[in-house]
Amino acid sequence: MEEKPKIIVSSRSRRSEVIAKEFPFSQSDVRTPAALSEYRLRAWNLFQKQPLPDTSLEAWRRTDIHQLPADTFTLPQPNAYEDLPPVREDLLRPLADGQHGGQIVLLPGGAKVELDPTLAQQGVIFTDLLTAEREHPELLARLMGSVVNPEEGKFAALAGAFAQNGVLLYVPKGLQIEAPLHSILWGPGAFAHISHLLVLVDEGASVTYVHEAASPDEPGSNTLHAGLVEIQVLQGASLRFVELQSWGKHVWNFSHERVRVERDAQLDWIFGAIGSRLTKNFSELDLAGQGAQGRMSGFYFTDGTQHLDHDTQQNHLAPNTTSDLLFKGALKGKSRSVWQGMIYVAPGAQKTDGYQANRNLVLDERARADSIPGLEICADDVRCTHGATVGKLEQEPLFYIKSRGIPQAEAEKLVVEGFFDPIFQRIPFEGVRERFQEYIAAKMAE
Amino acid sequence: MSSLEIKNLHVGIEGKEIVKGLSLTIQPGEIHAIMGPNGTGKSTLSYALMGHPAYEVTEGEVWFKGQNILELEPDERSRLGLFLAFQYPVAIPGVTVANFLRSAINARRRAENPEDKGIAIPEFRKMLKAKMDMLKMDQSFAGRYLNDGFSGGEKKRAEILQMAVLQPSIAILDETDSGLDIDALRIVADGVNTLMNENMGVLVITHYQRLLNYIKPHFVHVMMDGRIVESGGPDLALHLEEHGYDWIREKVEELG
Repeated sequence: MEEKPKIIVSSRSRRSEVIAKEFPFSQSDVRTPAALSEYRLRAWNLFQKQPLPDTSLEAWRRTDIHQLPADTFTLPQPNAYEDLPPVREDLLRPLADGQHGGQIVLLPGGAKVELDPTLAQQGVIFTDLLTAEREHPELLARLMGSVVNPEEGKFAALAGAFAQNGVLLYVPKGLQIEAPLHSILWGPGAFAHISHLLVLVDEGASVTYVHEAASPDEPGSNTLHAGLVEIQVLQGASLRFVELQSWGKHVWNFSHERVRVERDAQLDWIFGAIGSRLTKNFSELDLAGQGAQGRMSGFYFTDGTQHLDHDTQQNHLAPNTTSDLLFKGALKGKSRSVWQGMIYVAPGAQKTDGYQANRNLVLDERARADSIPGLEICADDVRCTHGATVGKLEQEPLFYIKSRGIPQAEAEKLVVEGFFDPIFQRIPFEGVRERFQEYIAAKMAE
Repeated sequence: MSSLEIKNLHVGIEGKEIVKGLSLTIQPGEIHAIMGPNGTGKSTLSYALMGHPAYEVTEGEVWFKGQNILELEPDERSRLGLFLAFQYPVAIPGVTVANFLRSAINARRRAENPEDKGIAIPEFRKMLKAKMDMLKMDQSFAGRYLNDGFSGGEKKRAEILQMAVLQPSIAILDETDSGLDIDALRIVADGVNTLMNENMGVLVITHYQRLLNYIKPHFVHVMMDGRIVESGGPDLALHLEEHGYDWIREKVEELG
C-alpha cells in the first residue's frame, strides 16, 4: 500500500504592503533536451504560476523572505567560475582513510568529475547534471519529479526548471560500495546557484554519499541557492547520505528534499548546517515499502543574524516501518532557528515505530529557537513519540569544568561539543566528524 | 611552599553572610578536617575557595603560592594546584571522562605555553590507564560521559580519578552530606589515602564523624555559624562522636 500524505495549506492571503519582486529568469533559461522537456516545461509553468511564499502560509509562518531581492539574481554563464574565488581547499580533502570512490566539484558554469574506474566498470554512474543530460537522459527523465513534485513550492519549481548544476548517482543492483562518494557545490558570486541532485540506489545495493554546499562570505551581496534532492532507495538497498552546508552569510538557501525508501531498505541521513543568511529546507522521508527504515540526524549552529528553518516530515506509508529523527542545534548572537517536524502515519501503516526529537542549546539571550513537533496518525497499532527542548548554557556545569583548570571559552566549547556528541556518534567517517568539529570550533571562536 | 592560608574570610550568598571570618592554614603533608552541624557554612567555604560565581567574598584573603587567589578565576585557581572534589559532581553529557581529563591537561599545558599542541594521545592513554589501575578502576569507565547517569559511588570515583590525574597541591573534599553512603565514603577515603603525599595538603569537610574512621586527619576543626570555634587533634573527632556538638555550642554561647 502506498499513500501520499495530505498537507492542507490554507491560502488565506494577507494584505501585503510589499509588492513581491519576481525572479528575472525566462523560458529561454530552461534547458529542454527531448527526454526532459516535459518535466522542465511543467516546472517552468508551475514556477510562473506560484507567487513567492509569504508568512501567511503555515510552512512559512516563521520564515519571512519579503526582503529577498529576487529580481537581482542572474544565472552564471558557462565557465563563470574561472573569474570567481576558487573552491576552498579543505572541502577537497578526502573524507575517509584518504580515499573517495569519486568526487564531483560543481562550480558556477562548470563541473569537475572524478570516479574510480573500477566503479564505472561496475556500472556506477556518478556525474554532473549537464553530462548526465547528454549521456543518461532516460535515467534522468525517470528520476526527475518522481520523488519531489515541482508543484510543492515556488522553489521546488524554480529548481526543477532552471537547475544549472547537479549530480546523478546510480548504484547498480546488489553493488556494495565501500569508499564514500563525495560532491561539493561551490557557489561564489552574487548568482542564483540552482541545483538538482538525483540518486537511485538499486535493489540490494549500498553506498555512502556525502554532499557539501559552500561558498565564501561575501558581505554586502546577495546570493541565492535553490535546490532539489530526489532520492530513491530500492528494495533491500542501503544509503548513507550526509549533507553539509556552509554557505556564506549572504546566501539565501532554499531546498526541497525527499528520500523514498522501499521495502526492507535503509536510509541513514545526516544533515549539518552552519551557513547561509536564511535557510528554508524541506526534508522528507517517505517510508514507502514494508520494513523500510530511516534515520534522520541533524546538526545546526547559527550565529549573528542567521535564520535557519528546517521542516522535516517522516511519512510512514507502509506497515512495519521505522523512523528515528534527532535534530540538535546551538544558537549564538541574534540568530534564530526553526524546526518543525511531523510524523505522519498513513491508514493501514500498522506496527509503525516513529520517533522525533529536537534539542536546542541557546548560547545567547538574544538568540531564539522555535521547536514544533507534530504527529498525524491514521493507523491504530503504532508507536510514535516525540520530544522538543530549548535549553541554555547552565552555570553549574561551566563552574565544574572551570574548576578543573579549563578556561571559560573552552569550557563552553566542551559543553557544546558534548551537546552535539550524540549526532557525531551517528557520523560514519572520521573525516566528516572532523569537518563538523572544525565548524563548531570556528563558530565558538567567532 | 604551597600552603593554603585562609585569613578572616567572609562569604555571602544573595546578600546573606554565611562564612563570618574564618581563618585556617593548611601545610603540605597535612590533612585537616572541618566538622560541624548542618547549615554552618561548610559547603559555602569550599565553593568560595574554588571561586563559584554565586558566592560573594566580602572580606578576607586566601593566599596560595604567593597569590591572593580570591582575585583569580576558578580555572586559574585549579591550574595553580587547587582542587575541589564536589559533594554533588555535575554531569557533562556527551563529554567522556577521558576527553574531559585530556582537555584539563591540555588547558594546563596551554597556560604554560600557548603554542602547545596538547598531550600526545598514546602518552595520555598510558598515563590514564596507570592512574585507573592505581585506583582499581575499570578501564571502560574512561569512555563514559562524565557523571552522566553515574551512581553516587561512580561519581565519587570520577572525582578521585580527576584528583589523581591533576595532582593538586591542595585538595578540598566536600563530603558534607555523604556520611549516609558508606560505599561513597570508602571510595573517597581510599582515594585520599592512596594519593596522599608530603607535597599535598587536604581539607576534608564533613558532617559525620564516620568519614574520619577511614581518613586520619592531623587536625580537626569544628565550624559553627560561619566560624571555626574549636580546633584540635584527631581526639577532637572522637570526642565529638561521643558527646555531639552541644558542649561546643554551650561553650561558644558562654564566650559570646
